[in-house]
Amino acid sequence: MPSPAVRVRVRRQDAPDAPPRWEDFSVRREPGMNVIYCLMQIQRSPVTVEGKRTTPVAWEAHCLEEVCGACTMVINGRVRQSCSALVDHLGDTIELTPMTKFPVVRDLIVDRSRMFDDLIKIRGWIPIQGTYDLGPGPRVPPADQEVAYRLSTCMTCGCCLEVCPNVNARSDFIGPAAISLARLYNTHPTGQASAGERLEALMEPGGISECGNAQNCVRACPKGIPLTDSIGAMGRSVTLHAFKKLLGG
Amino acid sequence: MAKPRFIVVGGGLAGLMATVRLAEAGAEIDLISFVPVKRSHSVCAQGGINGAVNIKGEGDSPQIHFDDTVYGGDFLANQPPVKGMCHAAPGIIYLLDRMGVPFNRTSEGLLDFRRFGGTLYNRTAFAGATTGQQILYALDEQVRRHEAAGLVTKYEFWECLGPIVDDRGECRGVVALDQTRMTVQAMAADAVLLATGGCGVIFGKSTLSTTCTGTAVSTAYQQGAAYSNGEFIQVHPTAIPGSDKLRLMSESARGEGGRVWVPRKEGDSRAPRGIPEAERWYFLEEKYPRYGNLVPRDIATREIFDVCVSQKKGVGGERAVYLDLTHLPRTTLDKKLGGILEIYEKFVGVDPRDEPMKVFPAVHYSMGGLWVDFDQMSSIPGLFAAGECEYQYHGANRLGANSLLSCIYGGQVAAAAMAKFALGKERPAAPAALLEAESRRWTELQDKILRMDGPENPFTLWWEMGEMMTENVTVVRDNKKLQATDDRLRQMMERWWRIGVPDQGRRANQSVIFTRQLWNMLELARVITVGALRRNESRGAHYKPEFPERDDANFLKTTRAVWSPEGPVLSYEPVDTSLIPPRKRVYTSPAGAGGSQETGKDALPSRQSQGTPAGRS
Repeated sequence: MPSPAVRVRVRRQDAPDAPPRWEDFSVRREPGMNVIYCLMQIQRSPVTVEGKRTTPVAWEAHCLEEVCGACTMVINGRVRQSCSALVDHLGDTIELTPMTKFPVVRDLIVDRSRMFDDLIKIRGWIPIQGTYDLGPGPRVPPADQEVAYRLSTCMTCGCCLEVCPNVNARSDFIGPAAISLARLYNTHPTGQASAGERLEALMEPGGISECGNAQNCVRACPKGIPLTDSIGAMGRSVTLHAFKKLLGG
Repeated sequence: MAKPRFIVVGGGLAGLMATVRLAEAGAEIDLISFVPVKRSHSVCAQGGINGAVNIKGEGDSPQIHFDDTVYGGDFLANQPPVKGMCHAAPGIIYLLDRMGVPFNRTSEGLLDFRRFGGTLYNRTAFAGATTGQQILYALDEQVRRHEAAGLVTKYEFWECLGPIVDDRGECRGVVALDQTRMTVQAMAADAVLLATGGCGVIFGKSTLSTTCTGTAVSTAYQQGAAYSNGEFIQVHPTAIPGSDKLRLMSESARGEGGRVWVPRKEGDSRAPRGIPEAERWYFLEEKYPRYGNLVPRDIATREIFDVCVSQKKGVGGERAVYLDLTHLPRTTLDKKLGGILEIYEKFVGVDPRDEPMKVFPAVHYSMGGLWVDFDQMSSIPGLFAAGECEYQYHGANRLGANSLLSCIYGGQVAAAAMAKFALGKERPAAPAALLEAESRRWTELQDKILRMDGPENPFTLWWEMGEMMTENVTVVRDNKKLQATDDRLRQMMERWWRIGVPDQGRRANQSVIFTRQLWNMLELARVITVGALRRNESRGAHYKPEFPERDDANFLKTTRAVWSPEGPVLSYEPVDTSLIPPRKRVYTSPAGAGGSQETGKDALPSRQSQGTPAGRS
């Protein structure tokens, strides 16, 4: 029988340069509840276990059904979305900390804008002529669609960067997510036209050669995206591209 | 004149589509969004997008799509824009296809289409069961392209506090809040688009994302923009109950053959798979043999509500029915519905391929929204609206998979109209004094909220409002309860002034932001409630047992609410029914029989007209 209350430990920080601190809360258990609901309860009664009145915890959340990627944080040492983190599976104490590979904005909110900037770097779009009516796109065999769909479910949540040892303060490694999305656009019949530009981007400093093959990313991805396959495939493409350039092709 | 400059508020499908169109025309756009636009609520749309491409040789056409949409909306929508949307739909799907949306394919490599509610045709293009996510991502990518080219400037983690309206009553920009630094800034533009989505958060728990409070629309309403058909709130028949939100279980589950049932025997405690076929009550298929489980949402929701709440025949006596996919092949389920099945698995801990899901209706969509003209312009010139935040396309009930379509179509129409508006206007720049005054007004309000130190907690007050709204202003409505709800809403507005804001921080202060938005939710809640109270008929999603019939003589009219200090002032304007004469809306005709729709559907082979999986591969 689980205890009627859960203890929620939150690592808090008022601003990027403010010192972090821990606060503990006791939250009433409800069937099927998730970490989001714990934080919602704290909003309604922001009082620590010591009885000290404090501010509600700041965190980022949006869809609450693990499809937007917003509510990613580190829960009991594991990076994941807090909406799909069910309290019943987390023991009687739940420790919440912000992701460590991004600057803290406040409490559990971090600034992941570098991930979106990286999508500009890899030219992450299909270069269509325009949005006027030009009829259907190219035919795509169902088997190709299945691969593309899986790659395209990347929420830019940052789990793969969080667990990657090569993404750290001393490196500017672009990380698995952007590499996998570059593969998505490079395999699209229209996207192929600008495949070379994406490969060039991945050959720059911080590009694919920074991958140390730790393979943590593929295990951490909440959407089961085959990130290591993508890195492998793009690694081969980059090598081939470099050879072709060498031969003046 | 200088290069036109536009503001788009909201980075879901409507906002992004408009942004791409405006950027293509060479304009500069400031795109304001609560969240990184890739995380917008459109990401939650699951089942698909409608367009009569007629890929399966059923004789489908945009005209039939138009008829289904108008009929499904119980004739409350002005018809010309709906017609425009349905005829543009195939081209929109092709455009998305070209942008790289990984739509499911037929064996030939063509776009695949599936069934959805309120139609007898396979008209819905889909990308697994995360179609909204995939379309949003494709548009996000196109916007990023224009961002890289310097035409689009994103303001993410920013909020539109309200439009800036000049002394001629025209919109000249918006006041925006940087939600991290909590600083207020006036931003000028030649035209502004609100594409801010729905307002379901007013109902507490719903299928919507946390930002869908309707706050920006509500401030536009409080500054003079008319709000129409607010009382029409779609309650989706199938959602997974939860303590923090109600998670949508897409209509596509039924489109692919999912069946809704409860045990015939009350209090039957056997596991669902142990209950023999004969002892299951497939109440939708029984009552609606032709459409079966794919009757429109308002009808399915009322039936489920009736079975569980009035007849108390829900599973285990609870508010739940089974949504059963267990008879379908696992490979089909994984390819076509994978995304939603994963949601059920992750949040309930049960594999819906093995065991029927337990679902119940949940607030899902607002058919009502800002009043707009056929150019998507609100009653404030220069302020446009597109997507769920406006009222134009869905009448009294939206058909499934029409929302993504209306977002994209509305975004396209708005972009063209905004460009035309800006080019046709020779106006001096927005006066600096006006921008300063507006910026000061919102800064002062924020400072005032920061100092609020009463006994009420804003989040608790919101929860109370949500429970009350869900109880009284959703599936079944009663005038006495509606009146009581409005009375209590007014009390809550008094209590709002006694809120104590639990955070005095000057950085990412979510309590201050939420408290301000709560007022705006209360204002809109009144529009919804009073609209429902005054509409003494039943039409689409609006159902009053006291007035069980549709009353065209008195209420074939658009509700138009205008803000006043005492509350919403309602008036009614005629609906443009110039293209399809209103007729009685009935979905109960027998399978294969001539229905009330005169669109030649009866020529369909009976296999296609079954809403049940019988005979479907």
